[in-house]
Amino acid sequence: MDWSWEAAYDSIPLLLKGLLVTVEITLLASAVAYALGLVFALIRRTGIPVLSQAVTLFIEFVRSTPLLIQVFAIFYLVPPLTGFTMSPFVTGVVALGVHYATYAAEVYRAGIEAVPSGQWEAATALNLPRSRVWTAVVLPQAVPRVVPALGNYTISLFKEVPLLLGIGVLDVLNRAKEVGAETFRVVEPYTLAGVLFLLVSLPASILVRRLERRAAHS
Amino acid sequence: MSSSVSHIITSVLSGLTATVTAALGGIALTVVLSLAAGLALRSPSRLVRGISRLYVEIFRGTSEVVQLFWLYFVLPVLVGFQLVPMFAGILVLGLNHGAYGAEIVRGAVNSVPRAQFEGAIALNLTPAQRMRRVILPQAFVEMLPPLNNLFIQLLKSTALLSFIAVPEMARQGELLRPVFGAEIGWIYGTELVLYLLIALLITSGMRALERAAARRLGRAPSKMTAAAGGV
Repeated sequence: MDWSWEAAYDSIPLLLKGLLVTVEITLLASAVAYALGLVFALIRRTGIPVLSQAVTLFIEFVRSTPLLIQVFAIFYLVPPLTGFTMSPFVTGVVALGVHYATYAAEVYRAGIEAVPSGQWEAATALNLPRSRVWTAVVLPQAVPRVVPALGNYTISLFKEVPLLLGIGVLDVLNRAKEVGAETFRVVEPYTLAGVLFLLVSLPASILVRRLERRAAHS
Repeated sequence: MSSSVSHIITSVLSGLTATVTAALGGIALTVVLSLAAGLALRSPSRLVRGISRLYVEIFRGTSEVVQLFWLYFVLPVLVGFQLVPMFAGILVLGLNHGAYGAEIVRGAVNSVPRAQFEGAIALNLTPAQRMRRVILPQAFVEMLPPLNNLFIQLLKSTALLSFIAVPEMARQGELLRPVFGAEIGWIYGTELVLYLLIALLITSGMRALERAAARRLGRAPSKMTAAAGGV
């Protein structure tokens, strides 16, 4: 064993700085995924002829291919095509957001299907306009039910952020790499990076489990 | 243009063997670890349960890339020998997805009706016979759809091995990137299509297994709606 508490202690400030970036990307990308996923789910549900099939194909394609390649593709292809440069941070938020939106779309779909058909019939009987049916009847029942499942995806998203070091995002792992390159000690920073992940994701999954239990009771 | 495009396609294809090797090796290790840890999670012994729970929580609680870096860069410092990149990659793929698979196996075994356990005990089967002849064949059918998702996740994770210089498709593509300016769209296009094809192969293989497993139990093959991805 070759562990130095001093080296471990010295690496903590930079690692925490990286953790902050990781958490920021996780939260922003989750917000993108939740919003875009709902849009995908609604488009598929309404069955607009060509658009609906296109979204289904897009979802299957994104879900079946590696996130890392999607990150590279967005980072290196979008700027020359659009003349619009994106920082590694923004690229990460967009790539993770779109990737997880395809997972979230499935979650919303299940939630919407779980709304009893009597609710739809009652809304029709009340002659509610289509938009009111969604915003006042279906979604308020569907969304709370899927919150735990979405929470689980946020936790897995959090654990995928380190692959953004491939495009130079300064997340926890990239900071650990930096510390390792400066001090020639890899054991402490990499181990601590792993510990930091556990420290965030274990309480988060306990929280989600509690939400699940509450959703099951209501 | 066309010569550089064909150069790109052949270069990316040269990574196909490594990608498939990593995926198959990872899947094999995942299956073994899922079964071992999944059954251990139901063990009557507290110690066995504790060890498998620890394994599952550690590997599900940390990032796969961190696990990869740890195994490849930290372990050599601690134990004094370096793992071959492909071997380290397969090990991480298997250990990480095995932790997720353990929960799948545990859930599937738990979903077998209680009476099946009792019936096997009444027939005086040994615990090993009970598991192998009665419980696992039924649990197996339940496991296959979520395992399909898990294997697709694993396939997608093989791209991470480019970080430790395994010559798989993502890495071969990144080596080309600085050389080709305008045609890099072809690099990612080829890669994505190849991953999609392998994912389809895995899914059709798993569907065939599902049908075979359901037939063995004398059940009609159910309509499986498993799609790729998902954790």
